[in-house]
Amino acid sequence: MGEKEKHISRSQVEHLAWLARLELTEEEKELYTQQLNEILEYFNRLSEIDTSNVPPTYHVIGKVNVFREDEVQPSLKTEEALKNAPRKRNGFFEAPKIL
Amino acid sequence: MSLDLKVKIGLEVHCQLTSLKSKLFCGCSSNYRGKPPNTCVCPVCLGLPGAMPVVNRKAVEMALLIALALNCKIAKTTFFARKNYFYPDLPKNFQISQYDLEGGEPLASNGYVTFTVNKTRKTVRIRRIHLEEDPGKLVHPGGIGVSPYTLVDYNRSGIALVEIVTEPDFESPVEARSFLQKLRSILEHLGVFDGSLEGAMRCDANVSVEGGGRIEIKNISSFKDVERALSYEIIRQKDLIKKGVKFGMETRHWDETKRVTVTLRTKEEEQDYRYFVEPDLCPIVIGDELIEKLKKEMPELPDARKERFIREYGLPEYNAEVLVGERALADFFEECVKIYGKPKPIANWLMGDFLQCLHSLDVSVSQCKVKPEHLADMLMLIDKGDISIKIAKKVLWEMMKTGKTASVVVEEKGWRRITDEKFLLEVIGKVFQENSKAVKDALVDGKAIHYLVGKVMEITKGMADPELTNKLIREKLAELKND
Ligand SMILES: [Zn+2]
Repeated sequence: MGEKEKHISRSQVEHLAWLARLELTEEEKELYTQQLNEILEYFNRLSEIDTSNVPPTYHVIGKVNVFREDEVQPSLKTEEALKNAPRKRNGFFEAPKIL
Repeated sequence: MSLDLKVKIGLEVHCQLTSLKSKLFCGCSSNYRGKPPNTCVCPVCLGLPGAMPVVNRKAVEMALLIALALNCKIAKTTFFARKNYFYPDLPKNFQISQYDLEGGEPLASNGYVTFTVNKTRKTVRIRRIHLEEDPGKLVHPGGIGVSPYTLVDYNRSGIALVEIVTEPDFESPVEARSFLQKLRSILEHLGVFDGSLEGAMRCDANVSVEGGGRIEIKNISSFKDVERALSYEIIRQKDLIKKGVKFGMETRHWDETKRVTVTLRTKEEEQDYRYFVEPDLCPIVIGDELIEKLKKEMPELPDARKERFIREYGLPEYNAEVLVGERALADFFEECVKIYGKPKPIANWLMGDFLQCLHSLDVSVSQCKVKPEHLADMLMLIDKGDISIKIAKKVLWEMMKTGKTASVVVEEKGWRRITDEKFLLEVIGKVFQENSKAVKDALVDGKAIHYLVGKVMEITKGMADPELTNKLIREKLAELKND
């Protein structure tokens, strides 16, 4: 694939990685730029189909208005809630400091 | 350059539906305040894999009620969407919110609210209203600068929030504040919201000053701070413009302790949230029957109540406006009228000393120890002549602090007006004996009687009935003259 046909630039990949909080090596950035462009290419081919008369499908099951009533159900015990947390402190989940 | 530059302010208000029993998408209790951390949580609001959200029907109905009260156009079909970003207060790494999408809109849009500011009516447009979930709460022991880690409590995660976005129609900070007060009162009258709960209403604001850029201020948590943050920001921007400094769009954070706005570097822009339809929730189709049902259930709103107060109780417009500005205050007023029957003195006391006391004690109407029957009791004591207005003010203050009734306060403090003639005559006799010169003066000059009345007041600690005391002294002087 020639440089000019690319739709996703390397800096866009870097931005996407930042949004996903992923740290990529130079090789990975190169690899993912290529792979994402291949995926995009596939979608570009899908876009060639005329869908102007087809309403968008957001859900496939066709159900609407599925509600629950405003009733309180038992919650988890704190120990259960925190069971899988890698770090916890005084009943809280502990996360790295956020700035 | 003139500093009389035009200002445009828009608000984005987040209100918790505090009257709900459970959260927006799960059955955890919404009564999370004061609870130990992570005790109102379940797989859904913790974002555990495989957990499926289900919409709280009542939350949708309450949001629709708000939309109707704010004169909005209601969507026929509405979707939930995922707003993606990474932050520890979001366990799923996305927030379930709503967004404009083809084939679906936010719950409601294109409404308006009318409110009073500086005695003039002002209308602002509502751009849209939608439902979303509240994130969890981050805690930094010892303060954000000191704490080596961030602690997360998900009790608040998944609480139903209604986001109300206005058009940039406000021209001053005080307008923004007045609007928020009106909004609060409307939500309280709808019975969906209690504004006295901490953090129940939070707001972001955007400000642009003519010639500058659009600045967003995040994290404003009280009405007072809305006004402060906006005023600070307007002065800051005008100053930059005056100095000829160019500035563009920016997001700033309101620091409520330092009372300044600080720049907040957010690298996320609207498109970075990568909204897409929440596949775990079905669309909501809002039928006309539901809207009709809600319209029938619509309670009396502040504007209608104000008109009724003027009509039914003969209150001046301003008084009616202040009373309905807070539902609890208006309720207090009407309860008290039922017992005591005279609306005007009740309104005057509520708007004067009552609110002043609340303000100094920093409590809300509903938290306050004085109940409508207590105020009624106090007003009856004034009517009976047991206490003067001056003493009543002291009584009210004591009632606020102790929760005792007016009668009890008056008894305990010995604040009942002394109308016992026999007792007063004894006191007067003593005063006459000890102040023979003043008595002689009073016999010549009528004005000198004030000194004698003052002495009686001194001995009775101000409790002697002044009119009666005056009358008795005059009679005694007349007797002396005749002798
Ligand atoms: Zn839950």
